[in-house]
Amino acid sequence: MTKKNRKPKLAVWKFASCDGCQLSLLDCEDDLLAVADAVEIAYFPEATRAVMRGPYDVSLVEGSITTEHDAERIKKIRRQSKTLITIGACATAGGIQALRNYKDVNEFVSIVYASPQYISTLSTSTPISNHVSVDFELHGCPINKHQLVEVINAYLNGRKPNTPAYSVCIECKRRGTICVMVADGTPCLGPVTHAGCEALCPAYNRGCFGCFGPMETPNMQSMSKQWREMGMSDMEITRALRGFNAFAEAFRKESELHDIKNDQS
Amino acid sequence: MTSKTIKVDYLARVEGEGGLYIKIRNDKVRDVKLKIFEPPRFFEAFLRGRKFTEVPDITARICGICPIAYQMSSIHALEDACGVVVDGQLRALRRLIYCGEWIESHVLHIAMLHAPDFLGYDDAIQMAKDHPEVVQMALTLKKYGNDIVNLIGGREIHPINVRVGGFYRVPRKRELRELAEKLKWAMGAAEKLVGWASTLTFPDFEQDYEYVAMRHPDEYPYNEGRLISNRGLDIDIADYDDHFQEVHVEHSTALHSVIKERGAYFVGPLARYNLNFEQLSPRVKALARELGFEPPINNPFKSIVIRGLETLHAVEEALRIIDEYEMPDAPYVEVEPRAGTGYGCSEAPRGILYHRYTIDDEGLIQDAQIVPPTSQNQKTIENDLWHFVEKAIDLPPDKLTWHCEQAIRNYDPCISCSTHFIKLELDRE
Repeated sequence: MTKKNRKPKLAVWKFASCDGCQLSLLDCEDDLLAVADAVEIAYFPEATRAVMRGPYDVSLVEGSITTEHDAERIKKIRRQSKTLITIGACATAGGIQALRNYKDVNEFVSIVYASPQYISTLSTSTPISNHVSVDFELHGCPINKHQLVEVINAYLNGRKPNTPAYSVCIECKRRGTICVMVADGTPCLGPVTHAGCEALCPAYNRGCFGCFGPMETPNMQSMSKQWREMGMSDMEITRALRGFNAFAEAFRKESELHDIKNDQS
Repeated sequence: MTSKTIKVDYLARVEGEGGLYIKIRNDKVRDVKLKIFEPPRFFEAFLRGRKFTEVPDITARICGICPIAYQMSSIHALEDACGVVVDGQLRALRRLIYCGEWIESHVLHIAMLHAPDFLGYDDAIQMAKDHPEVVQMALTLKKYGNDIVNLIGGREIHPINVRVGGFYRVPRKRELRELAEKLKWAMGAAEKLVGWASTLTFPDFEQDYEYVAMRHPDEYPYNEGRLISNRGLDIDIADYDDHFQEVHVEHSTALHSVIKERGAYFVGPLARYNLNFEQLSPRVKALARELGFEPPINNPFKSIVIRGLETLHAVEEALRIIDEYEMPDAPYVEVEPRAGTGYGCSEAPRGILYHRYTIDDEGLIQDAQIVPPTSQNQKTIENDLWHFVEKAIDLPPDKLTWHCEQAIRNYDPCISCSTHFIKLELDRE
């Protein structure tokens, strides 16, 4: 293990997640060795056995809080981290596993496991910001790796990250993609979804399904009205909003307006 | 009286959260537990009530490293339920995107997760200081694998273009042409990587395994085929539940999978290779013979070489598909839901991935079962550790611990996937 030097110390932490967002760092094939050169990778178990003690200059946190143990662990990590950045929909909104927040978790346990008594889990999956203060939230399921490098770069250089909070619609316009909702009548969450994916789905002839969560101040009511006019039922609107960002406030509240009890299962 | 505990609280260079506990009393191994404490996320539960068309987007989120595997097994199972067969160029494109995932996942594991163990580095970044060419070459090779997934899937992690019935959009012929140029370089790079991996020092450790893999009459298995083993298993995938059983053990949030009649089995590159060697390309077979890696290979530490050979095969296969590609008339075939149960199994980079869904006549999921490769390998990993530690018991504790970690990494375990799916403790008094 290298001795202490002046490079900033970067740590990568995992909670309930698919590992995809931290993998984004390893997927920066062209930039990986340069990033590794600019920082001291102090804790990143997916990539290295080496472990350096805190405190850490920048902590990247992936995953949501679903156990008592993890709720305590994130507090310890916060105490050791100068800057704490959440990466991805799990850490930022609770992830797809937050669908349990709308159901009885004990029923979920018994569907999956033969011996429910071995399983210890909280009844909810919650974002990191529900437990500790967070310095920056990077959206996406998964995050955009170029945005990740931008955010790391910004914090290492003491500036604000350039990650626009407007909607996917703006990205579609910039990309020159014809609107799938207007032209094809395809239901699309683009108007209320946070930019960052570069408007991928409409470019592949499908509607946005909300991987990056709600944009800043989304007009949810107007979106639901549009979806309804296209013949979508309350159940379909509820399902669309209850994806990877199901517990993000704007999506949660709007989905509750359309949720008809016991309609989903 | 020599008693000790090998304990690794948090395994590194694996995907997900696991650890290891090994108890040794009087130089005898008394207990081995591959602990999986990755918190459960309950996919099979919240899939209930979702529309069948949403499934590939949801199951992709089980694993950031092999989302294509989850998408493929799920769409095959759902098409089976709806009585639809997808063929021709759409089938070829599915195979192509899967080749991309095999390349990126295998090369990630070979160079960044496993090779550092053989050479005594904590990670690939340290290894890169002494072996810059091989790490740089591997990163480029991995990137080209990701480029395939990117082009067809839209992005490398959680691709958005795979749907029940086919794709949302299919590429034009000329879009694939640029890939072909990269893949021609990748062929040479994969050969060099295999050659390099074959010169590593492998611990002397051979075991008698039951290998389980898919088998297809005409091709090295990816998406389709029967399930076979070297001990007489030869079944249709719809009969999976008759032969395999998931067992819930206290030290793991991943269910252990066993063959009902015989117990532990082995899935992944080594199983595929030993059972399907003749289906590999002539170039791969020739290279394997030249390097002295003809099957059967029964040393799991040699999996690193087999992953390399499979990478080469995937590159060649991708090139063949691109070469023969003609843009299909429609990007997908219409799939109308009907009430019933469907079965899907595909070869994820880590081994067979089984899905079963029951849907109603509106296409809503009534029941889902997903058996990831790593839960199928858990029991075999524990057996390996048991035998490996007995042979290596005189090693100093830190060295023994590292070797145990390496033995686990032979399987490229993906713990995020298998939780419903690890922690290393070595207890020696």
